[in-house]
Amino acid sequence: MAELAETPVAPHRFAPDMQEPKINLNIDWGQVNLDDIQLPPGEDFGIKSDDEEEEEEILETETGFSNVIVVDNLPVVAPEKYEKLESVIRKIFGQIGVIREKGLWMPVDTETGKSKGYAFIEYTTPQEAETAREQTNGYKLDKSHVFAVNMFDDFDKYMKVPDEWSAPERKPYTPGENLLAWLTDERGRDQFVVRFGPETEVYWNDARQGKPDPVYHRSLWTDSFVQWSPLGTYLATIHRQGAATWGGAQTFNRLMRFIHPQVRFIDFSPSEKFLVTYSSHEPSNPRDTQVRVTLNIFDVRSGKILREFKGSADDFATGGTGGVAGVSWPVFRWAGGRDDKYFARIGKNSISVYETETMGLLDKKSIKVDNVLDFSWSPTEPILSLFVPEGGGGNQPARVSLLQIPSREELRQKNLFSVSDCKMYWQSNGDYLAVKVDRYTKTKKSTYTGFELFRTKERDIPIEVLELENKNDKIVAFAWEPKGHRFAIIHGDGPRPDISFYSMKSPNNVGRVTKLTTLKGKQANALYWSPIGRFIVLAGLKAYNGQLEFYNVDELETMATAEHFMATDVDWDPTGRYVATSVTSVHQMENGFNIWSFQGKLIYRLPRDRFFQFLWRPRPPTLLSPEEEAEIARNLKKYSKRYEVEDQESSIILSTQEMESRRKVIDEWKSWVAEWQRLHEEEKPLRQELRDGEPSDEEEDYEAEEVEVEDILNVEEEVVSYGFEQLD
Amino acid sequence: MRPILLKGHERPLTFLKYNRDGDLLFSCAKDHDPTVWYAHNGERLGTYRGHNGAVWCCDVSRDSTRLITGSADQSAKLWDVETGAQLYSFNFESPARAVDLSVGDKYAVISTDPFMGQTSAIHVKRIDKDRSKQGSDSLLVITGPQGRINRVVWGPLNKTIISAGEDSVVRIWDAESGKLLKESDPETGHQKAVTSLVKSADGSHFITGSQDKTAKLWDTRTLTLLKTYVTERPVNAAAISPLLDHVVIGGGQEASQVTMSDRRAGKFEAKFFHKIYEEEIGGVKGHFGPINALAFNPDGRSFSSGGEDGYVRLHHFDADYFHIKI
Repeated sequence: MAELAETPVAPHRFAPDMQEPKINLNIDWGQVNLDDIQLPPGEDFGIKSDDEEEEEEILETETGFSNVIVVDNLPVVAPEKYEKLESVIRKIFGQIGVIREKGLWMPVDTETGKSKGYAFIEYTTPQEAETAREQTNGYKLDKSHVFAVNMFDDFDKYMKVPDEWSAPERKPYTPGENLLAWLTDERGRDQFVVRFGPETEVYWNDARQGKPDPVYHRSLWTDSFVQWSPLGTYLATIHRQGAATWGGAQTFNRLMRFIHPQVRFIDFSPSEKFLVTYSSHEPSNPRDTQVRVTLNIFDVRSGKILREFKGSADDFATGGTGGVAGVSWPVFRWAGGRDDKYFARIGKNSISVYETETMGLLDKKSIKVDNVLDFSWSPTEPILSLFVPEGGGGNQPARVSLLQIPSREELRQKNLFSVSDCKMYWQSNGDYLAVKVDRYTKTKKSTYTGFELFRTKERDIPIEVLELENKNDKIVAFAWEPKGHRFAIIHGDGPRPDISFYSMKSPNNVGRVTKLTTLKGKQANALYWSPIGRFIVLAGLKAYNGQLEFYNVDELETMATAEHFMATDVDWDPTGRYVATSVTSVHQMENGFNIWSFQGKLIYRLPRDRFFQFLWRPRPPTLLSPEEEAEIARNLKKYSKRYEVEDQESSIILSTQEMESRRKVIDEWKSWVAEWQRLHEEEKPLRQELRDGEPSDEEEDYEAEEVEVEDILNVEEEVVSYGFEQLD
Repeated sequence: MRPILLKGHERPLTFLKYNRDGDLLFSCAKDHDPTVWYAHNGERLGTYRGHNGAVWCCDVSRDSTRLITGSADQSAKLWDVETGAQLYSFNFESPARAVDLSVGDKYAVISTDPFMGQTSAIHVKRIDKDRSKQGSDSLLVITGPQGRINRVVWGPLNKTIISAGEDSVVRIWDAESGKLLKESDPETGHQKAVTSLVKSADGSHFITGSQDKTAKLWDTRTLTLLKTYVTERPVNAAAISPLLDHVVIGGGQEASQVTMSDRRAGKFEAKFFHKIYEEEIGGVKGHFGPINALAFNPDGRSFSSGGEDGYVRLHHFDADYFHIKI
């Protein structure tokens, strides 16, 4: 989206006082009257711009008419009542924003002297005008006078609406790309996207070759982050002007833009039919302390805005009766299931459930629940679970209830006493709901934790209470086995907590929760189940420096322990075959990621400085029925033979390829060395000259050379008197 | 290969240099005394006393008679290797950062830091055999690069001067005119300050280490980028094996940022890479701080590393090292 970021460049023109152009065009510039030059009509001077579609920024100027509203349906009054009406109107509209001096004008009929029944109001900012339009349109002054308020600038638009309806032109159908082509990879590989520095890259995870296989690379692809849609069809990027989705058969083409200036967060509906975007704006008016937020819901395929929500940050702050500062994302939570039918948000003493069909409130009203603090959807069915804390000074117990949508029927409710906090965890099939309950001890000085386990698929929804053996253990982490009946808990204080595994089934199948095992003293603070269950990575992130334990819950045995030093993130690929661990740029060092097999074997590592994101491309759920899957599992030997052969072949190809490329590198190096030797030889005499003729060059180095050094330690001169002088 | 620990410096090491015969090892440190050691057993021969600041760099003449050192006391000094006597002192207006003797040892190139309004500069000085005729005039002064010039060396036949430093650019200058001949490409070149630059034994190629966590191999004559070695740490020092196709790269987290939580966080390892395949072969641990200096013995059978911890570690390779297959 680089082209979006550029601001439009003004067409280049010569001003008279500019230097003459270097190329001599044989034009006497003194003779040219610039006013005579006729430019071709249109903004582009008849020259088509290459920048496909530039979006002009909406300029927020204080001049112009964007801060003017037109109020219609005012009472028509006689001159003597004119002032009274004006003061009433000034009162109403002055509450919303600052009306400019002489910014209120009610035209008067010159013949009758009566007012004409409408007024123009000029605010200081377009935002105020916009708010005034929103809030006063439809305001009932009295029975017969309901205000119709419009932006002045919109009048043009309304005037242009043709009186006659003409059938819209039917666009010829152009088949789109196969957006699911990546699923048909012959080698069944998975894709992932990484973001580091200004770069964003998509790779195949080619574990057989022990390296990633690049798919697509782009610098400055996104302004803040990237995100896959839940089924992996689209990759979304974030920009100043809005969000965009990318996808395609071979590469990544832009599929759609979602205009939403200053977008901060996005969220796809589970079946990726809808996209929710969010932005917040600091108030432009200092008197206004509220942060304004805007939420848009788009249709992912058409890019059309289906519904817009505006309001102050408080209106969208989750968590009951206010007090919780800020907006927690996602504001709208989507009901599970494949049809994206409902979404909901929590408000003050209510939960608002919306239908996607009409984009309106379900049954046109919110569900009123006093003091509701938190809610979550079942991942598969339209069932809401709610948490309401204690109320009435402790007289009303806290409660968790399950609510059927759209009937609003309460399926189950559980009252809880002396509760400090609750967290709800749904199992991925919606079979179970675990509620972690923090309760005060009798002295109210400390808390302890227990679990309430709901079996939502069974008749009457039985609830079971689970308490840890050591009730005072702090719960560090909780995680359900995806699609399974087991869960894991990290509990305990101190640097080496314990990890316990439980099953919702017991050996004699009475539907009771049983403990499978407890692993004592593990350096772990996070749990990552494989998406197909059975395997789990017990990870010690942050303070534990990236300890990893790959654990098989079926056999209750450790498969491998490893370490990715400083690791901050652990991600399973959607098939449960590989695990990625990464160090993101919260650390300065070690940035990059490792790919492990599910057994904990390191396959490859890729260091990348300033590493921000690692995201596996999600896969849609399998089309095979559970029976078909079981069939495959039974005949695994037959299939595995085929793949083993393929593996072997590919490894042979790989090793020959590797040899080939290495040979090339060596040959290249050898040619350099040959060139250097030639030059070195050539320069030999010159070098010798520089060394004052000293012949030994590096080439003759290290020939042992015996040098006898005669050190004169002392020189003494002595005059020896000789008695044989007479011999001479 | 049990390393020999050379204890003698009181402050972090800055530079290491073997003489041509490989029997002497010269070390510079932030204490003020460059030291010479026997390269085979690490015995200390002596120190060169006279500097009044950290010593950043040194070079020794081909016949091992003279040593030149550059120091933060704003001087570069010539020494008699054998006696330790100071022969001459080139005085500057700012700290001397890098020194290198030319082929034939008749010239020295010295870089000085930007300091108190002075810009960084490269000076070429004549070194006279006759001590009494030694003068301080610069034959050539090159200015232009921004920031410190951390390394400056002579190109083949003294025709060029190669410099690199804080502006991350490697440059080749004409040694006669001082004209800029070549510059490394900002795209493929280093992205952060270059901290070291060492030539191969025959001077045909050289390796640079940079804070951008890479070391790069370049052609000395054409400044063609040959290889890039990627590490996870800022690179403070690099050296090329004269015997095998190996390079050794050292560095580590900056001392000021080393966390107290884990000694491994710093990863103060000297890492060996295959020069041609750019693949990591192995590492040598030991220092308690970043590695600031690395040098190969000219025979390629030992190397030494100097660290922020004030130690020089002298490693003689085991027989296994010479049979590494990759």
